[in-house]
Amino acid sequence: MAAARLILPPRVAAGDVVMVRLLIQHVMETGYRQDVNGRVIPRNVLRWVRCELGGAEVFSAEPSSGMSANPLLEFPVRVRASGEWRVTWEDDAGEKGELRQLMTVS
Amino acid sequence: MRGLHIAMLGCALAAGAVTAQDRPLPLDSVRSGIEFAGRDVRALQDDAAGNPAQLWLGQGRALWEAPAGQSGRSCASCHGEPAAMKGAAVRHPRLHAVTGKLVNLEDQVRHCRTEQQRAAAPAFESDELLALTMLVTQASQGLPLRTAVDAALQPHWRAGAALFTQRQGQLNLSCAQCHDQRWGQRLYTDALSQGQPNGYPLYRLEWQKPGSLERRLRSCLASIRAELPDWGDLGLRQLSLYLKWRAEGLPVEMPAVRK
Repeated sequence: MAAARLILPPRVAAGDVVMVRLLIQHVMETGYRQDVNGRVIPRNVLRWVRCELGGAEVFSAEPSSGMSANPLLEFPVRVRASGEWRVTWEDDAGEKGELRQLMTVS
Repeated sequence: MRGLHIAMLGCALAAGAVTAQDRPLPLDSVRSGIEFAGRDVRALQDDAAGNPAQLWLGQGRALWEAPAGQSGRSCASCHGEPAAMKGAAVRHPRLHAVTGKLVNLEDQVRHCRTEQQRAAAPAFESDELLALTMLVTQASQGLPLRTAVDAALQPHWRAGAALFTQRQGQLNLSCAQCHDQRWGQRLYTDALSQGQPNGYPLYRLEWQKPGSLERRLRSCLASIRAELPDWGDLGLRQLSLYLKWRAEGLPVEMPAVRK
């Protein structure tokens, strides 16, 4: 089950630069580990993560095997107007995820 | 042979009521595992929003509302809001009203799944079972652990106490040697904690996901190179009961994070 949380400040005013935090549930399997029988566990990390606000891309990342499981990403965004966040991602196994969340600007 | 040892120790640990004399760890020195954790781990636990365990709590919330099994009922159909489960985490392990077996909270969730909802029992350590158990535990957040050991629980408590003090494995160590007698000292880079159960199921950085108390105990057994019991083992439930009793007064922490 893919899950994610987008953590926004409680109050956002137009023109503010806010720190946005994104927590994605993912195993981030490095491909370097072996199971109890000595077989290599196939690599499965997030290939890409994309964050759009009101249809415009504001942040993207290509996390690699150097990141822990369930990565927490943080980035600043200048907010101009209310809009919908759309976060999408895909991993090595081809599994895709999406999170939508409304943000109201006061 | 091992069974005989447990039985003998059990007798030695007094057949009467469980009293203050039975506490090798005095109540005023009981400390949660988070007090032995480093600053970064504490910061992660205190970060209510960024705490990775929130992902599972969110899942638990969704599972709570979702109908499951042939009954078509959800957890919410019977129990209402998750907040109604306040105190459940404190009361387990306990003797199950129907089966009479000693069950922990995970067992109870599985029992609800199979008997009430007539769904498949979620596997031990599955995201489904962890998420629901964490959600139910969250309802008791901050409540102090209080385990009343009555006559019916006594044999289980005694067996748990015996397991706690019995040397095991190739390293020939007992739980008590580290967690009663040497807590606060260092084991390589780690501070030895008291082995308190008040945060489980918790997010463990070593596992990169949450895990149950049973998994933690198995992990301890593995590290002293003792024989691993099957999942659902009664002995580990008895040990959990003893640990909960030993942790008297510690608040339930949810979501908790440990190294």
